[in-house]
Amino acid sequence: MRKLLKYALYDILKSRFALIYTVFLALVAISTYQVTEDMSKVSLSLMNILIMIVPLISAVFATTHFYNNLEFIELMLAQPVRRSQVFFSQLLAVVCMLSLSIILGFGLPMVLWGADSSLIMLLVVGIILSAVFTGFAFLASVLTRDKAKAIGISLALWIFFSLVYDGLVLYIIYTFADYPLEKATLAMVMLNPVDLGRILMLLQLDISALMGYTGAFFKQFFSGNLGTILAIGTLAIWILVPNYAAMSVFKKRDF
Amino acid sequence: MISVNSLSKSFGKQEVLKNFDLVFSAGNSYAIMGPNGSGKTTLIKSILGMVLPDKGDIQIKSQSIQGNDTYRKHIGYMPQIGRYPQNIKVGQLFSMMKDMRPQVKDYDLDLVEAFELEKINQKAMSTLSGGTVQKVSAALAFLFHPEILILDEPTAGLDPIATEILKSKIAKERAAKKLILITSHILSDLEELTNHAVYIFEGKVFFDDSIDSLKDLTSEDKFSPAIAKLMQWTLNKRQPILV
Repeated sequence: MRKLLKYALYDILKSRFALIYTVFLALVAISTYQVTEDMSKVSLSLMNILIMIVPLISAVFATTHFYNNLEFIELMLAQPVRRSQVFFSQLLAVVCMLSLSIILGFGLPMVLWGADSSLIMLLVVGIILSAVFTGFAFLASVLTRDKAKAIGISLALWIFFSLVYDGLVLYIIYTFADYPLEKATLAMVMLNPVDLGRILMLLQLDISALMGYTGAFFKQFFSGNLGTILAIGTLAIWILVPNYAAMSVFKKRDF
Repeated sequence: MISVNSLSKSFGKQEVLKNFDLVFSAGNSYAIMGPNGSGKTTLIKSILGMVLPDKGDIQIKSQSIQGNDTYRKHIGYMPQIGRYPQNIKVGQLFSMMKDMRPQVKDYDLDLVEAFELEKINQKAMSTLSGGTVQKVSAALAFLFHPEILILDEPTAGLDPIATEILKSKIAKERAAKKLILITSHILSDLEELTNHAVYIFEGKVFFDDSIDSLKDLTSEDKFSPAIAKLMQWTLNKRQPILV
């Protein structure tokens, strides 16, 4: 397993894509640092970009990577290794590469120009979202036999969680504005990993007051131990469930 | 050494293998033939554990392959088109394959030397030509002295010199009483390299006996016309010839 991962990682880190992604993230971070000195403004700008870009890139890259490596995966399956090990080596290689790009691309400018706790949280949220959307992408890849279809499903999930879901939540909040909705909103946030990441970030920035009464409620909820444990636990479920589902399908799939 | 017992496999509505029975025994070299879509690849992939059968069972060295991954250490497989991670080097690919079988210490370097693969150890896989990739695939299949060799279109894409090197290596392994399965559409290669013909048609074994008895049966004294006759019979929907 460790050896499989070593070579998968070596291959993926030498790919042109890894370099381009890291440089892109670094350029975004550097230009944001040039615009303002205010740390919370920097991390708010970076967050807005990260929340959109990271899930998109993770979903598309993981799907293409899976399909580009399909023949090689087949060859490994003909060797005396377990299927789950082949799967995990590919999955971990993708997640490591995406995380490393974020750590280097965003992290190096932070080392140069300083960072606060919100920027550290930004890196954590970026890594978590990479893992979640890689899971979605691998699930879409093992369920289909067509690269285009798999990319389509991954993109649809990205659009749903990044754009459509918030629209639905807003619609529900407006429709039922006369009712106390704090707990319902909280539940709805839990059902979207992107929102969960955003909330974790916003609370670090101490601007949750901008979000009105619901924001205050979130602040009260998430600042407590229970809230943090629940948020991290829910994100862990968002990482584990798609990845585990993808692995069970992979084990029974024909190649 | 390999016994395939009433194996069935469908992809969607298409039934590719129908209650398929076949035994491959050690010391023989099998030519697996059949028209496109007859189930050759599905059979090979089932033996390798890449395709999981709907029904039936495959036993290798009297052990069921279901839920088992260690049996694959006995198999050397050369795919029809080998595709490898593009950014790793040839030498790294070899050490990776060796890492997957840590218990094997004694490597068969005949093909590595004959194809002069050490010279390209530092080259990335993406820079290799199609034929060179085939050479790498061939060298990897033989590297661990496997008891079973599965070669899918082994000579496709190789230049004449490399083809001869590979053929003499296969002949050497035959002499060492290995079990060899070869699929190919190049009949002259099959005639040279195998002694037993398996003809698969529409997911069933249509013919399974030695090449000599195939020639007797079709009253042809050359391999190609004998196969051509067999193919004609399948088109006339004759009953399978099971000897």
